Amino acid sequence: MHLDHSHDGPAAVSADARRPDGTRRALRIGLGGPVGSGKTATVAALCRALRDELSLAVVTNDIYTREDAEFLLREAVLPPERITAVETGACPHTAIRDDISANLEAVEDLEDEVGPLDLILVESGGDNLTATFSRGLVDAQIFVIDVAGGDDIPRKGGPGVTTADLLVVNKTDLAPYVGSDLGRMAADAKAQRAELPVVFQSLRAESGVRDVADWVRKQLAAWTA
Amino acid sequence: MSRAALLVLADGRFPAGGHAHSGGAEAAVKAGRVTGAASLEDFCRGRLHTAGRVSAALAAAAVLGVDPVRLDAAADARTPSPALRATARKLGRQLMRAARATWPSSELDALAREFPKGAHQPVVLGLAARAAGLGALDAAYCAAYESVSGPASATVRLLSLDPFDATGVLARLAPELDLVADQAVEAARECVDAGVDALPAASAPLLEISAEAHAAWAVRLFAS
Ligand SMILES: Nc1nc2c(ncn2[C@@H]2O[C@H](COP(=O)(O)OP(=O)(O)OP(=O)(O)O)[C@@H](O)[C@H]2O)c(=O)[nH]1
Ligand SMILES: [Mg+2]
Repeated sequence: MHLDHSHDGPAAVSADARRPDGTRRALRIGLGGPVGSGKTATVAALCRALRDELSLAVVTNDIYTREDAEFLLREAVLPPERITAVETGACPHTAIRDDISANLEAVEDLEDEVGPLDLILVESGGDNLTATFSRGLVDAQIFVIDVAGGDDIPRKGGPGVTTADLLVVNKTDLAPYVGSDLGRMAADAKAQRAELPVVFQSLRAESGVRDVADWVRKQLAAWTA
Repeated sequence: MSRAALLVLADGRFPAGGHAHSGGAEAAVKAGRVTGAASLEDFCRGRLHTAGRVSAALAAAAVLGVDPVRLDAAADARTPSPALRATARKLGRQLMRAARATWPSSELDALAREFPKGAHQPVVLGLAARAAGLGALDAAYCAAYESVSGPASATVRLLSLDPFDATGVLARLAPELDLVADQAVEAARECVDAGVDALPAASAPLLEISAEAHAAWAVRLFAS
């Protein structure tokens, strides 16, 4: 038995930044957050914004269907071979945090089969406020909440809101209809997150996913630097 | 060797992908064959003496040094359902990743190179046990236990079954697990000299058939 960590053989292990052939693997960004907050819509918008400048792929984690993957396929945001669905056995947070093996396999297969990738987006199944991604699976994570889920969510905090590398408060277009106070959400988020960034967006607005796409470009620049 | 390594390998939280699989329980629940603790026990007993027995013998034989490539072919031959073969390889690949990170070993590396998309899970389990310094009986226990613990924990989620009832089922099966593990090691020892035909070939047709149906469902909680 040898105890060095060279991991020769076909499969890289977990977070290794290099693939077995020595090349740098794709940057992996996770998107988590409560059910229906706009994760898939954000992934679709990011694909449209970035696909001409980057080589992209997506892994979805659906809880009991393939709906998210099928939505992305229907919308044709990427060619089908660049979209993979992982089955999570009724436990979406387990698949992104405690036992990431199926997701790592999906990520690895995408890199093997569609060639060199710059970026892989991993969408978690909608879950609760404590669901965060393992550092063994993603390099950075975005937590997506929406204004309609209650404007007290940033105040409540929890690992997703507090520690995600980027907090996205989505569906700002709905704020007037659900009585959400965006100023209060921003102040609470600031109090929970200190210097960590927060983006308020409406995918129905002209600017759409622009700020999040810019943040992703920055992450990628840092990754390849 | 450290016997405690067996606890690490057999722990339901060992990150090797098992949590997404029900071992056929989801199909059995949907078909009305598993409806509570008593029928879960029947289901688990059936699985233990068929799929569990075969897995335990394969894992034990791998620990004893039988060629894993031949064991993998033997596992294929003992798994009629293509869906179950695919599942066994998927789980084997995921276990391989966890095992290589946990107990680095040149034997595991070699098997990973031979089967980049995964060897049958019990074969990988045997080599993982070997890498962890465990014996054939340990690996047999691990495989036999997994064959019933997976369906039991899945049924807790599928039926909202009282978790104490599910644990009680596993405890009641313990004497039979002892028996299956012992017999698996015996068969594995025979296999060392006589070849893979000495391994048991018990199979449960209903598990195989319903696995095929389950794989085609559009909506399901578990991958298998
Ligand atoms: N008004 C409005 N609707 C939005 C916005 N973003 C997403 N939606 C809608 O919200 C609904 C849910 O969006 P999804 O992207 O499916 O949400 P999700 O977080 O992926 O949901 P799960 O994967 O089921 O947890 C869809 O009907 C979207 O069209 C937005 O900015 N404004
Ligand atoms: Mg979604």
